[in-house]
Amino acid sequence: MTMSSDYAIRVEHVSKQFRLGVRQNDFPTLRESIASGVAQAGRTLARLAKPGTPARVERDILQALHDVSFEVRQGETLGIIGSNGAGKSTLLKVLARVTEPSAGRAEVRGRLGSLLEVGTGFHQELTGRENVFLNGAILGMRRAEIRRRFDEIVAFAEVERFIDTPVKFYSSGMYLRLAFAVAAHLEPEILLIDEVLAVGDAAFQEKCLGKMGDVANDGRTILFVSHNMTAMEALCDRLIWMKNGAVIADGPSRDIISTYLNTYVTSRTEQSWPDQSTAPGNEHVRMHATRVRVQDGVIDDEITLSTPLRIEFEYWLADARTQLIPNLYLVNSHGAVVFRTAPTDLTPWQNRGDGRMLVRDSCEVPGNLLNDGTHRIAFSLWRGHEIVYWVDDLLVFDVRDTMEMRNAWYEKWPGVVRPILEWRTESSVSDVRHRVP
Amino acid sequence: MESELPITVIEPSRGWVPVRLSAVWEFRELLYFLIWRDVKVRYKQTVLGASWAILQPFFTMLIFSIFFGKLARMPSDGVPYPLFAYVALVPWTFFAGGLTLSSNSLVANQALIRKVYFPRLVIPVAAVASGIIDFVIAFAVLIGMVVWYGVVPSAHVVWLPALFLLALVTALGAGLWFSALNVLYRDIQYIVPFLVQVWLYCTPIVYPSSIVPERWRPLYAINPMVGVVEGFRWALLRSNTAPGPMLLVSAVAALALLIGGLFFFRRMEKTFADTV
Repeated sequence: MTMSSDYAIRVEHVSKQFRLGVRQNDFPTLRESIASGVAQAGRTLARLAKPGTPARVERDILQALHDVSFEVRQGETLGIIGSNGAGKSTLLKVLARVTEPSAGRAEVRGRLGSLLEVGTGFHQELTGRENVFLNGAILGMRRAEIRRRFDEIVAFAEVERFIDTPVKFYSSGMYLRLAFAVAAHLEPEILLIDEVLAVGDAAFQEKCLGKMGDVANDGRTILFVSHNMTAMEALCDRLIWMKNGAVIADGPSRDIISTYLNTYVTSRTEQSWPDQSTAPGNEHVRMHATRVRVQDGVIDDEITLSTPLRIEFEYWLADARTQLIPNLYLVNSHGAVVFRTAPTDLTPWQNRGDGRMLVRDSCEVPGNLLNDGTHRIAFSLWRGHEIVYWVDDLLVFDVRDTMEMRNAWYEKWPGVVRPILEWRTESSVSDVRHRVP
Repeated sequence: MESELPITVIEPSRGWVPVRLSAVWEFRELLYFLIWRDVKVRYKQTVLGASWAILQPFFTMLIFSIFFGKLARMPSDGVPYPLFAYVALVPWTFFAGGLTLSSNSLVANQALIRKVYFPRLVIPVAAVASGIIDFVIAFAVLIGMVVWYGVVPSAHVVWLPALFLLALVTALGAGLWFSALNVLYRDIQYIVPFLVQVWLYCTPIVYPSSIVPERWRPLYAINPMVGVVEGFRWALLRSNTAPGPMLLVSAVAALALLIGGLFFFRRMEKTFADTV
């Protein structure tokens, strides 16, 4: 790692351990403390008597961060990804000085504000106005600063009419909007953001993300933890990937995300069964191979929104004289059937010989049809209206969003499909053609 | 431009750490808002509102006057018993409220502590300070009573602010110890109300300290509230007890309690977010 001089955050070998014993029973009582003191003394005695007894029971310690080092340049937007419990939030808490590291050192250059949880410090009995001031002070804003930005905050949250109502009468949406609005108007040099974007409805989320984009474009440094890969890729220049408290990858967002998705989305773009006796099937059919790939490409090519696909099935038929129609169901990650398709031209079935036969079917799916996300393919063979063979999840693949033509919409694009359609706008002045996804 | 930005170094701390009152000063606006919040919220949804600040010491005074003053004929250094009791109850109520609130303050604000950084000292300080308004209201009634009984205070009244400060230091000192301990041991929330009750009887509220044998008084005054209460009586009522040496002992004890509390609190502070 290069040690540059224009860093905003520098983290060097930071580790953090929690003692689980204390956290598990939420509140130890004096009696329990005395009891565990006695137990500890007992272990010490046992160790003296019998060397080799462990000094402390290992499972009591949780290593939340393990030798974490990285640097963030000024003005950089760094995202942190990783599964739950990977240490992302603990890392932000250490940087925000909420909790102390057990070892290592970090330097933060400039004022640091954190949005670790929206609405922290809101008091139910106080009005919206009062809570804006209270929450602003908690987040480190000066009173004059809050007063100056007050109207902006209230307008952003869209709660003008209720600003003098106690927040206990707010709907959860209003409450969250106001809370986010206060936090979003912080003006520190460095901003830590933890999962606050999962707030409110889609329209408000879009607004929040737009606000974040503004903050990033302002030249401020942002550390951003989220599970929303789309937002991460759009907003972050660089990502670090954490696992079990350690940084396992650090690099450009695009690279890290595709590695991350390849690891976590169990995609199955190719399968083959050389041994017929163990291949899936029944007395009529035995699968031989199947694959999905980019048309005119190789198996490992990335499938994106715009790439046309070729899906292939190879199978053995026990009796070539039976006319079986292949069917393909494409199912998205919500379980919705995107489409069912079957060949319309049945001429290849004529003039088939007797006995066993290897059949190869392929189906072409045009680009700019599917939406992004995980897709699964179910394959079936039909004789008239009768199902001869059916297999679910034969192939699983991910269609990736390349973030082109989104018009600053970072959220999940709605819809089962996502075709690019021809649009036409007419006006009295001229005739303009343009394309909108 | 880059070099102008303040650099914060984050490192594990070991053992005893400096108190850093300057950090509390930096967060004085937060302190102000927390006090404001506590005051504002305290009497929301109450029918009687801020009059509770008067009712509590006033009714206690009535009960004490009936049972201790009238029936038990407790001596009161020549002062009418109701006045004798109320002048003690005003600083006492402030102290007892401050101690109770501050002992619970860290646990009550755990959501903040787990999410946002600020010097944790701000929280118990705000809890004690939020009682000042109540004190001022109750004190106004005290002045009314002094006038009603025709007592003319001596020049000693100038000591009242210092005596009030002594009560505040005592409440905060004890509050710091208990609030930090309460994070670790929730037994504290049961201990504190009991302790306040016992403390009341160890303080000359229903009785004058003149009934304590002279040679035991310095020892008795290790309870800083002894100095506060006797000081209030001396400053306002011209009662004949000269609290000089007792006041000195009380002041030293209160200061020791506060300084010890500050260091203990700071030592425990780093564990708050992980254990609260």
